[in-house]
Amino acid sequence: MSLSTDNSAIHNIGYRRYDGPRLGRRHAAKAIYGQTLRGAFGIGRGIGGKLFPWLLASAALFPALVIVIVQASVFSDPDVDPEALVGLNHYTTFIVAVPMLFVASQAPQAFSRDLRFHTLPLYFSRQVNHHDYTNARLLGLWTAVSILLLAPLTMLYLGGLAISLPVGEWSAGFVGSAVSVLLLTAMLTVIGALIASITPRRGLGVVAVISVLLGSYTVAQFLQAMGHAFGNEQTSAWMGVFSPVSIYDGVQSFLFQGAPFNFESFMIAPTPTPAAGIFLILVALGIVFGCRQLLILRYRKVAAS
Amino acid sequence: MIVSTISTENLTKRYSRVTALDSLTVEVPEGVCGLVGANGAGKSTLIKLLLGLLPPSAGGAHVLGHDVATEGESIRRLIGYMPEHDCLPPDVSAAEFVVHMAKVAGLPTDAARRRTADTLRHVGMFEERYRPMGGYSTGMKQRVKLAQALVHDPKLVFLDEPTNGLDPQGRDEMLDLIRRVYKKFGISVLVTSHLLGELERTSDHVVVIDGGRLMKSESTKALTSQTRTLILEVLHPDGADGATEIAFEALQKTHLSPRRVDQLLYVPVTDETTFDLIRDTIAHTGLGLVRLQRERHRMSELFTDAHEGSGQHVAVD
Repeated sequence: MSLSTDNSAIHNIGYRRYDGPRLGRRHAAKAIYGQTLRGAFGIGRGIGGKLFPWLLASAALFPALVIVIVQASVFSDPDVDPEALVGLNHYTTFIVAVPMLFVASQAPQAFSRDLRFHTLPLYFSRQVNHHDYTNARLLGLWTAVSILLLAPLTMLYLGGLAISLPVGEWSAGFVGSAVSVLLLTAMLTVIGALIASITPRRGLGVVAVISVLLGSYTVAQFLQAMGHAFGNEQTSAWMGVFSPVSIYDGVQSFLFQGAPFNFESFMIAPTPTPAAGIFLILVALGIVFGCRQLLILRYRKVAAS
Repeated sequence: MIVSTISTENLTKRYSRVTALDSLTVEVPEGVCGLVGANGAGKSTLIKLLLGLLPPSAGGAHVLGHDVATEGESIRRLIGYMPEHDCLPPDVSAAEFVVHMAKVAGLPTDAARRRTADTLRHVGMFEERYRPMGGYSTGMKQRVKLAQALVHDPKLVFLDEPTNGLDPQGRDEMLDLIRRVYKKFGISVLVTSHLLGELERTSDHVVVIDGGRLMKSESTKALTSQTRTLILEVLHPDGADGATEIAFEALQKTHLSPRRVDQLLYVPVTDETTFDLIRDTIAHTGLGLVRLQRERHRMSELFTDAHEGSGQHVAVD
């Protein structure tokens, strides 16, 4: 393959200058956001990149689909009072391994890939800075995990409407669950992203993220069960602080009057008191903004190196 | 028309232990400028300072009229940057990657697609642009790296060691391409290399730095002005040895005074008949004349001067 020199170039139709619009940092950040979101579902990646996200998306949707079908057949008899087989506020905890695996597999794609292949100088030599970059990547991954969890929730909501559950109450429950899920996905995203950004090797990043998320959840559930058995009732609510999943569960119950559900011990934990509830909310916000700040510092260091 | 694209005043960058750049004051005119120095001479640090990514420890610099300390973002909108190291993710195609980088540079999606197609064609990437970049040769990767630096049609590009890892042919093609970036595209170029020789024919201007200090900043024309000596190379038609010896003796019998260095003969020009005389003399010996050219001052000589015999740190191509 030889280069097009002036005299041999049939294909060379001359250089055309670009005098069209040049958009600002927002546009650049949007491009990064869109690439992250699409990449998380394997769009624009090979079959290997698509396989895992879609397998997990199916795993998130399948139980919801079964529940909707079963509900529809059981409550087709107008004499039976309809009820939800699984509450909207409990479904996400039920499938919580799915978003954990999703974040573990996709956070390295979004956060360590540019580090590993030294692509970051190309971003930072353009108009975006480390803030724009970090925020765009975080928002992209957050959106992806949220879609993964809000899709089955929406399916359950529509399935509930189909069997004529009381619209007002059911819709309020859906909004509460959706808001709580956004808090959970925000925590999972920042934790996964932070770990991925300090482990440039992909395999290591995946294992590290899954260990932290699953490990902390196991510990929190154990402590909650112990607290419930040996302490006073509220101890288990406070013990939820050790994992993003139990924090989410506690905050959801506190804000939207549900009961946290511990699948390991099959016990219904008590709704947190205002003190415990506010504490859990503060911890959740602390995790989200703290990890984000650490990420920004991390990428500031990379940008200057 | 002399317009400074880059000017620095006492630009200094100190790290905790080393001074990477020491009071560098230099003006770079429009065109292709070679930035020459050994590894660790401060070339990459200078580029990072000019991009506004590192704050200077002292002094200052302007790129295209913008202050690096306060207007980094404006500078980065106007320039393109090709890093020295590998920077391409292996699992996406060149087309997709360059479109993304064009969008990050601020181009709307349609324009990004169009410019990507144009730019990849200009750097000589054709069907292979749709394959994942992991399978590319070094030469192809260097072209894609150059393409992403040019895709948003910048006013100035910084090319950090663009010929690194290329074979001689690939290097020649890359240097031709760099020349075209200015000549045909009208984009000024700052290109770094630790090889002096390759910048001789590519650059209009050369800045030599060593140990963070400026050694020389001059136009290439002044550096490599012609001398009145011809370089001559001959071969035996049968491929036998001793061709140079035969030619040397034949030339000595004329009034010319040849000098021999290895397989090359250096003949001072006395008048306009010298060329013909050489041609006829060599033809008479039955040897093949494979090279007859004017000798130029090599930039390597200049660099040795700059060092004042303190040892050659820079590899000469």
